[in-house]
Amino acid sequence: MTTATFTPPATVPASGTNSLGATASQALAMAWRGLIKIRRTPEQLVDVTVQPILFTLMFTFLFGGAIAGSIADYLPTIIPGILVQTVITTSMVTGVQLREDMDKGVFDRFRSLPIARIAPLAGALLADTVRYLIATTLTVVMGLILGWRPGSVVGVVLSGLLVMFCAWSLSWIFAFAGVSARTAASVQGISFLVLFPLTFLSNAFVPADTLPGWLKAFVDVNPVSHLITAVRELSATGTATSEVLWALLGALVVVLVFAPLAVRGYMRKA
Amino acid sequence: MTTSHAIEARGLVKVFGDNRAVDGVDLEVRTGSVYGVLGPNGAGKTTTIRMLATLLRPDGGTATVLGHDVVREPQAVRSLIGVTGQYASVDEALSATENLVLFGRLLGLSGRAARLKSAELLEEFDLTAAAKRPLKDFSGGMRRRLDLAASLIARPPLIFLDEPTTGLDPRTRLQMWDTIRRLVAEGSTVLLTTQYLDEADQLADRIAVIDRGRVVAEGTADDLKKSVGSQALQLVVPLGSLPDGVPVARAAQAAVLEVVGQEAVVTPLADGTRLTVPLDMAAAVADVLVRLRAADVEVRELTLSKPTLDEVFLALTGHGAEPQGETEPAAPTLEKVTA
Ligand SMILES: Nc1ncnc2c1ncn2[C@@H]1O[C@H](COP(=O)(O)OP(=O)(O)O)[C@@H](O)[C@H]1O
Ligand SMILES: [Mg+2]
Repeated sequence: MTTATFTPPATVPASGTNSLGATASQALAMAWRGLIKIRRTPEQLVDVTVQPILFTLMFTFLFGGAIAGSIADYLPTIIPGILVQTVITTSMVTGVQLREDMDKGVFDRFRSLPIARIAPLAGALLADTVRYLIATTLTVVMGLILGWRPGSVVGVVLSGLLVMFCAWSLSWIFAFAGVSARTAASVQGISFLVLFPLTFLSNAFVPADTLPGWLKAFVDVNPVSHLITAVRELSATGTATSEVLWALLGALVVVLVFAPLAVRGYMRKA
Repeated sequence: MTTSHAIEARGLVKVFGDNRAVDGVDLEVRTGSVYGVLGPNGAGKTTTIRMLATLLRPDGGTATVLGHDVVREPQAVRSLIGVTGQYASVDEALSATENLVLFGRLLGLSGRAARLKSAELLEEFDLTAAAKRPLKDFSGGMRRRLDLAASLIARPPLIFLDEPTTGLDPRTRLQMWDTIRRLVAEGSTVLLTTQYLDEADQLADRIAVIDRGRVVAEGTADDLKKSVGSQALQLVVPLGSLPDGVPVARAAQAAVLEVVGQEAVVTPLADGTRLTVPLDMAAAVADVLVRLRAADVEVRELTLSKPTLDEVFLALTGHGAEPQGETEPAAPTLEKVTA
């Protein structure tokens, strides 16, 4: 046999902790794996491809006339709404897939390697940003096809990034559900319970003014509403208002609360 | 800390609910040796390996791997071991190459180095032709080889192999044995589990027999075989009694005891009685037959075979090697007759 021996990984000093750089490259390797899986099983992408197309068509023609008088007038309202709703819904998959992944044999190998415990989790979350990118792009393109004419190209790009960041933040909630729940089906159940009120009880489809007081109160504090407003303003004028700050703040709070929870739950099993 | 032991475990315990899956296991594995953990399904082999490989936290006892405590220094332990689990621990969605490159990168190799290492291992394990094929088309043997290759990327000094040949056809099994021998020749320490006595016999320098979470015997293959004999003689004698009123089975039992010096295990059959006794030398069969003839016992069937795990177990524990789960084991079908 002609194998050159290589001394056990330089990334692991005797103390057994990984440097930040090593951790990052391990997370990237895991993200690479996630991307291969996405490429291998394109049927996984049904939600990020079909939903943007279907929802933009459906909601625009269904509500356009009734809510804004005409379809063209409704587009600046509905496209940001659908963008946020679709991309955020996509973040749910992270938790389900994480759960499925952790039940597989290969996970034992990850756990037996001297890698940072966080790497598989971080890699999964990183790879899923590709899904957000696809959903974002498709929704914007569908909007443009239907006649949406945003006022600022830069604003649209920034909106896309903002939405993707917020979806990534929310995916920590679902990652937490993923590491805590026992089965993938229950992760899905929990995730829907979180997502439905957040995305539908928002100003995505209708102006909040039309709602009864108690509902309006919820819609107004719902961070998703702030995100949608931020995207509407950004794409229309290219200026970031305080709504952007509220959305970022909401996202940050979610990360600060759920990332440690998810990591801890994950470490307990990993 | 320096030690000549690759593994030292003291009183390892793992409890699942009220099932003491591992119930005080001690192991000492010398560096550079192959250590076999032999036991039936459900004995606690996998659970023991998982604790030693830092995949499961022991509920009691201590263990060190190459001087590092598995609970307090898990990362140090992980950097010294390769684990090939009982169920393939490779990614089904990735090709063989992608799997090895992924693990290589996780171990700190650059992309290029990981690809080189992967190609080298695939060559070594005769998988080059299948490098790009999806794993779902892999046979059991190919999967096992890939799994083993993945454990060797960092050339770890200690390798765990959990039932490396279970479910493989005989030819693939022999190939796997060769691979394991080669690893050892290169200086790795191997801890393997198996349900097959001959596998432990072929590969292991020392063997621990484990049963219901406990080590019931430990020693070299020869030590073990001495306790059961290197062969087992099976005789079937008819039902009924001899003219002097002594049951045939009882007379046969006495004759065997006289020649072999050991109690035979008696199994009642529908139309006769089977006696099983360990033999050190095949030549002793002739003496047994002569003695039976003298006692007027008719022998209907005779077989001489290598002792099975079941017989080892019987000899060591007094019960057969039936799988043990949370449920009570079924009543043993064999009885040791002490009369
Ligand atoms: N994760 C688990 N949860 C509950 N019981 C388990 C678990 N893993 C193993 N067991 C039980 O522990 C005992 C030992 O199992 P195992 O170590 O897999 O045995 P072996 O590998 O020797 O076949 C069995 O009774 C099995 O049912
Ligand atoms: Mg097992």
